Amino acid sequence: MKLDELRAALAGHEWLAEAEVRVKADPAALPSLFARADRKLGRDEVVPGWTAGQAGRALLLKDQDQEQIRQLYDHGDAAEKLAILKALPLLDTEREGAGVPLLLDALRTNDTRLVAAALGPYAEHLDAATWRQGVIKVVFMGVPLAAVADLDERADAELATMLRSLADERAAAGRDMSADAIALLNRWEA
Amino acid sequence: MRIFDPHIHMTSRTTDDYAAMAAHGVKAVVEPAFWLGQPRTNPGSFADYFDSLIGWEPFRAAQYGIKHHATIALNPKEANDPRCRGVLDLMPRYLDKDGVVAVGEIGYDAMTPVEDEVFAAQLAMAVEFELPALVHTPHRDKAAGTKRTLDVVKESGIEPGHVLVDHLNEVTVGIVKDSGCWMGFSIYPDTKMSPPRMVDILKEHGLERMLVNSAADWGKSDPLLTVATAEAMLAAGFTTDDVDLVLWQNPVAFYAQSGKLDLAESATEATFEGSSILRGGS
Ligand SMILES: [Zn+2]
Repeated sequence: MKLDELRAALAGHEWLAEAEVRVKADPAALPSLFARADRKLGRDEVVPGWTAGQAGRALLLKDQDQEQIRQLYDHGDAAEKLAILKALPLLDTEREGAGVPLLLDALRTNDTRLVAAALGPYAEHLDAATWRQGVIKVVFMGVPLAAVADLDERADAELATMLRSLADERAAAGRDMSADAIALLNRWEA
Repeated sequence: MRIFDPHIHMTSRTTDDYAAMAAHGVKAVVEPAFWLGQPRTNPGSFADYFDSLIGWEPFRAAQYGIKHHATIALNPKEANDPRCRGVLDLMPRYLDKDGVVAVGEIGYDAMTPVEDEVFAAQLAMAVEFELPALVHTPHRDKAAGTKRTLDVVKESGIEPGHVLVDHLNEVTVGIVKDSGCWMGFSIYPDTKMSPPRMVDILKEHGLERMLVNSAADWGKSDPLLTVATAEAMLAAGFTTDDVDLVLWQNPVAFYAQSGKLDLAESATEATFEGSSILRGGS
């Protein structure tokens, strides 16, 4: 996904064009406009995996500095935080991985949407230990592993050991691990 | 039977309550910001609390199929502590949020000059942000408190139709009805207001602008008393349409004035690539 594709998907949304002009003229207007974007643009999916509100929020983040993005995240409701997590890999200012603290915050929550979003493409900036803990948390919470970007490329022997241990614990309790996690484990233990 | 509880403090309730409410037809709730038993001593504590009202709590409610919205305010009791005054500066950013459908609970606790000032300031914010206001009436000296509440509401210039005056009883319902404000009744296990008394009030004053809530919190309270009141209405001869008006349509109409009440099931919120991700912690 690129910002240009999101922009194309939102072509004709006057509210967004006006909001971008206002933010350029007065950066202090951003938090309020960012908070309103979902109800102004709507929650229908406009490109796969992106609602109009999420796409609009990503575009409002373009050209914002990291400090401003941090503050929007800290002051955001769950939907605003989710939009920011999704937008991180698309933003030039976050290219070097400066947004990692936001992923760490999301991984500490118990909100499955935020945890899943933290393991999207931007998780390439997470160190291996944190990433493995995130994957195990996803399995533990019952979130489909499809949420994890580059899972097969990044899975390693240590992750397999952790999954095996979770599978054994579940088996001892008479419970199953999710089918996608068992499949991943089988690929490693084959 | 579908129930909208327009005033309930879910933060202080368990998941068993959510499950029981869902099983009895409660499909939507509004959680007003209020005090937490233990007084807070700085605005940061409020920020974390407000964040949970627009973050974690709606997520928790969604796991039981219940729509959760919030109202945000500095409550009158804590308004009296000067260390908490900075909460007023935090409020604008919360009033912009999608999940915030009113300013509240505001109003009087002990009717101090500070409460006057904070009450008026927050009514002005409701006007500025085009939000309705949820106004609590004091539990002590209720008749005088309600009268003074209505005077302040009138002075503020807010539309009476944008104001819900809550915790009413037989003594205070009449003047609120005459004011044009919406009337809220909190049904409690033993004191204050019971389902049979509520039914009598509805018989006498009609169903228009009438709302019933459980006001359940960390004190002795019961989140199913909305349901009990609906059943008492049916037993007394009210129709299912009457029940739907008081326990669903009225609260929807009141909070929909915010332009932010969202009762639609959101597919993208509840699923990730077709699978539910709302289970959490299996
Ligand atoms: Zn209350």
